[in-house]
Amino acid sequence: MFYKTKNNVIRQGLSDNLLKIICYTSVGLFALICLFPFALMITSSFMSEKEIVTEGYKLFPKKFTVSAYKFLLSNPQKLVNAYKITIFNTVVGTTVGLFLMSMAGYVLNRKDFKYRNFFAFFIYFTTLFSGGLIPRYILMVKYLGLKDNILAMILPNVISAWYIFLMRNFMKSIPDSLYESATIDGAGVFRIYWQIVLPLSIPALATVGLFLALGFWNEWYNAMLYIESPSKFPLQYFLQKTINQTNVQILINQGVMIDISELPTQSIKMATAVVATGPIIFLYPFVQRYFIKGLTIGAIKG
Amino acid sequence: MLQINSHNKLMSMSREIRKNKVLFLMLLPTVVYFIIFHYIPMPGAYVAFVDYNVNKGIFGSKFVGLKNFQFLVQNGDLWRITRNTLLYNFVFLVLGNIVQIAFAVMLSEIGSKWFKKITQSIILLPHFISMVIVGVFAYNLFNYDYGFANMVLTSLGFERYEFYSDPYIWKYIIVFFKIWSSTGYNMIVYLSVITGINPEIYESAYIDGANSWKKIRYITLPMLKPTFVLLFLFGLGGMLRGSFELFYNLIGNNSVLFPQTDIIDTYVFRSLVGTFNFSMGAAVGFYQSVFGFILVLTVNAIVRKIEPEYALF
Repeated sequence: MFYKTKNNVIRQGLSDNLLKIICYTSVGLFALICLFPFALMITSSFMSEKEIVTEGYKLFPKKFTVSAYKFLLSNPQKLVNAYKITIFNTVVGTTVGLFLMSMAGYVLNRKDFKYRNFFAFFIYFTTLFSGGLIPRYILMVKYLGLKDNILAMILPNVISAWYIFLMRNFMKSIPDSLYESATIDGAGVFRIYWQIVLPLSIPALATVGLFLALGFWNEWYNAMLYIESPSKFPLQYFLQKTINQTNVQILINQGVMIDISELPTQSIKMATAVVATGPIIFLYPFVQRYFIKGLTIGAIKG
Repeated sequence: MLQINSHNKLMSMSREIRKNKVLFLMLLPTVVYFIIFHYIPMPGAYVAFVDYNVNKGIFGSKFVGLKNFQFLVQNGDLWRITRNTLLYNFVFLVLGNIVQIAFAVMLSEIGSKWFKKITQSIILLPHFISMVIVGVFAYNLFNYDYGFANMVLTSLGFERYEFYSDPYIWKYIIVFFKIWSSTGYNMIVYLSVITGINPEIYESAYIDGANSWKKIRYITLPMLKPTFVLLFLFGLGGMLRGSFELFYNLIGNNSVLFPQTDIIDTYVFRSLVGTFNFSMGAAVGFYQSVFGFILVLTVNAIVRKIEPEYALF
């Protein structure tokens, strides 16, 4: 179409280079903006109380100290307990959720299951219309008696319509002939699921498992609604309480009584946040691949 | 005739259950779950039409008709939270998609593999943390006594600024954190569309003398359009649903900021834990569910007309 003169090629190269520069700088800058709050939180947690009080949170403190962490470690009961609750919720919720949802996805994908479309719609409809927060709250508290029960943090999130459809859509790629030959070999419906479909669905299981685990690890909303005793607080809710508390309350919350003026209360807030996010940041480089893969498996359409 | 028909249906259903007993059993827990946690609360929305009394329960409380709704309209609450919810979501949707597309396109232009990998991971990182941590970040940055922003202001010779008592500035802070935390997710969806574009198209455009700007303008962006339309339309369908976790962790119970930051979800939440006015909260929740449902149906009907294969149902 165009005749390529030397001039044209040079101009093409120049504007391409300009674009490259713009892309590298904006992407780099945005990545720094994404990273900045994390960095500030971490450096703040290593600041001395004196420096925070007089000069505020800084990215480059004059002096690094681990006194906030020392304090957290010297009175770890509540924090350790919150960790236990969160780990319990994450492990139980993710395992049960994966099992039930992969089964549901498998059944909805069986062509010989006559009512599969009916049940798919039955599940799908709940994403379109809901009774709302208040009726659900009344159900949970008054009729199911789940106030202050650990199950109240697991049950509301254990099954999700979207993940069931993600599972089903993934299983669609498993050829029917596998089912047929397994049936001829005498394998039952459940055995086909357990021994053939599940092993072939590992990518989908990994993705949904990651989504679920992340949700349970970061869960605080249901804790806020239903949980009353501090011994059942999960990590994020414990952190939220710590941030919103005054200095004296923090001490009581951490279960100690010492001279208040000596205490690194402001850096404790940040250190608690670091400890609560730590595992995610640590695991992030290893799991984000699966996450990105999962996003492209079938995130757009349910 | 009708009776025989329904009798036959029941017969075939029970035959089906007997035939596929195991399949039904495998689906049973999920079905029971959805009945208990999703279908049973639906008629519970009736609480919006009564004067709820905890001891008498939902169906024992006194029926008051539309009185709760009337009250919400008259005191202006309903209008205020609806306006805020719609405006915030609209900004999130438009600005969010622009930023996501911009960064997806820019990332695709980057040649260095390690730079691309690292920045992509960092931009997705905020998606992995809980909104509680985002609340911590806001505290870390905007706290009056120790916040980073105030330290920068004072070191530049300005007065400290009381961020937590200025409702107007929180509009921008909320939008900032929303964009900050949600860019990575859809950016990757867009990026995967770009990587799926046939490289031959770009090559022939290059031979024809198109520079990178033109390739973006005439190839990449048009290729992203269907995905954009899809994400945008279904975003419109969810316009009445708020990002409760974000708003609550940034604003909390700071009522000074409510005029500009109160959305439907935070209002319902407060009626539950703050004022204990269950009926009023349920009225707002019912209004949100019904109009949200109508919105989704409308959007879906439009999508079905334009691009039938994209319709959700």
